[in-house]
Amino acid sequence: MTDQTGATTSDYNFAYLDEQTKRMIRRALLKAVAIPGYQVPFASREMPMPYGWGTGGVQVSAACLTPDDTFKVIDQGADDTTNAVSIRKFFEKTADVETTEHTQDATIIQTRHRIPEAPLTEDQILVYQVPIPEPLRFLEPRETETRKMHALEEYGLMHVKLYEDIARHGHIATSYAYPVKVEGRYVMDPSPIPKFDNPKLEMAAIQLFGAGREQRIYAIPPYTQVVSLDFEDHPFDPSKADAPCDLCGADHTYLDEVIIDDAGGRMFVCSDTDYCAGRQAQGHRGRLSPEAAE
Amino acid sequence: MYVAVKGGERAIDNAHTWLAEERRGDTSVAELSVAQIREQLSLAVNRVMAEGSLYDPDLAALAIKQARGDLIEAIFLIRAYRTTLPRLGHAEPVDTGKMACDRRISATFKDVPGGQVLGPTFDYTHRLLDFALEAEGLPPAAETSEAQTGDTPRVTEFLNKGGLIQSEARSDATPPDMTHAPMQYPAGRPLRLQALTRGDEGFVLSMAYSTQRGYGRNHPFVGELRIGKVAVEMDIPELGFAIEIGEVTLSECETVNQFAGSRTEPAQFTRGYGLVFGQTERKAISMALVDRALRWEELGEDNLGAPAQDEEFVLAHSDNIQATGFLEHIKLPHYVDFQSELELVRKIRRDAAEAAMQEAAE
Repeated sequence: MTDQTGATTSDYNFAYLDEQTKRMIRRALLKAVAIPGYQVPFASREMPMPYGWGTGGVQVSAACLTPDDTFKVIDQGADDTTNAVSIRKFFEKTADVETTEHTQDATIIQTRHRIPEAPLTEDQILVYQVPIPEPLRFLEPRETETRKMHALEEYGLMHVKLYEDIARHGHIATSYAYPVKVEGRYVMDPSPIPKFDNPKLEMAAIQLFGAGREQRIYAIPPYTQVVSLDFEDHPFDPSKADAPCDLCGADHTYLDEVIIDDAGGRMFVCSDTDYCAGRQAQGHRGRLSPEAAE
Repeated sequence: MYVAVKGGERAIDNAHTWLAEERRGDTSVAELSVAQIREQLSLAVNRVMAEGSLYDPDLAALAIKQARGDLIEAIFLIRAYRTTLPRLGHAEPVDTGKMACDRRISATFKDVPGGQVLGPTFDYTHRLLDFALEAEGLPPAAETSEAQTGDTPRVTEFLNKGGLIQSEARSDATPPDMTHAPMQYPAGRPLRLQALTRGDEGFVLSMAYSTQRGYGRNHPFVGELRIGKVAVEMDIPELGFAIEIGEVTLSECETVNQFAGSRTEPAQFTRGYGLVFGQTERKAISMALVDRALRWEELGEDNLGAPAQDEEFVLAHSDNIQATGFLEHIKLPHYVDFQSELELVRKIRRDAAEAAMQEAAE
């Protein structure tokens, strides 16, 4: 099979999807960029990986990739988690593009559950895998209703939910997939990133969100205003573990907690593995770095 | 010193090699051929074709072999392959009235023109394990008779002639295709039927069963069930007329349902419709029941709040490939989100403990 963008050694078209399908996805992407935060329905295809495992992100990446791109995939912030490996391999095989683990070298980064720590640039695209694109879904299960609520900008239900959290727990009890309002109009689910990442949603790169099973695409164009929902007396709090990274000493990154023995011993490490490795290469050390621990 | 787990890539490769070995099983036992699966596990093949939305017994058999007999996994393989196939055009609507029936029964009449034909069915067998099948050998030859020629009339049409059953609106509109357009609600009947015919057999069965047990009861009879081959014709633009390009086996079910009449319509019977690839009659009957339940609005019935009456509920959850993918994705690492939950729960507990201490001190 041949294609318009470049030859591949694979039996499938460049980046798996046929050109007509990619055009359909690109049209949805253009609409999404034109209406920030609005969920655009698209005719999601059945992909050779399961729904819920990144089919939306994969389709968006496939529609954006060109043979000159350098591709990076992270899951939980790490390049070597199993599903990130699987998706990276998929595009190595079907698109034959360069891949990298270095955030600054990538032109397209597909992610699940994290935004890289290093600031992204105008030359980069960040593609999110989204399980449930509808921020109102758990308040109202019906699509017919939630579409109406978005159309009427009727977001009272969401504020009531957040208020009830505070009344019950003293805090807003949402720690990831924390809802945001985009450019003062649409309430949007930023995908299940920890709320620590929410402030980074205002960035220089284009952010594209793909939900395959739910057949929705949405976007945040560069430098778009993104506000995490909160109250004046309960301002948004992008919290993280109260510790520095035990490998690179960073105190400004999102941390994974790793259990290291049966006695409840723990260590904290950067969830963004590339960022952590970069800092260690620059000589930063943490409590349990090999030299420090000796 | 703990070393963060690396090597996802090697683990994946090794897991897949092991999987291939397990798939083959004990190598002292002869390997199954795709042809054996196609011929001897044909009802599994039929289910994979129906829910995979691709009529190709050889590919379905291959998928079953590759999936180690896990039919949902096999359906997934077929669906993923199907997406890559170019869409050449649309066939003409098949005429099931011209079906060469292997099986054709009606529960609403003792006998019907064209006759009752039991065909190769499990019905009326006693479900006793047949240990004779453990030994290999040919089954006794079945009796044969002359094939019936000519059209087989539809049972529901006999009722329609007397105006006793509601007639269906005819339309030449090109039906929508959920594999090429995003689902939007309300979906309408053509899209509902497409979703049901490729929906999970177990789900559609349970939805249908729930209507029989009282959740949106509409009292169905099998007006007619027929299984057999029909010709598929396609209009070839270069020729200017339709030619036969092959044939497919279909199971078709029309139910006759009670209908007491409404404010606007006199009492008459109503229909539910099921049509599925292959010999898949459980699915075809289930589909007809669910179709009928979903027609409450169009027929002026009350919404009783039954799950099977809820179009969005039924259609959004009938696809087993969507369901299994999303269900199983919770196996993927979620430790970043879990970490943020952990922080939140700790914080709430800390605040509560501090508040309790303060109260005790006062």
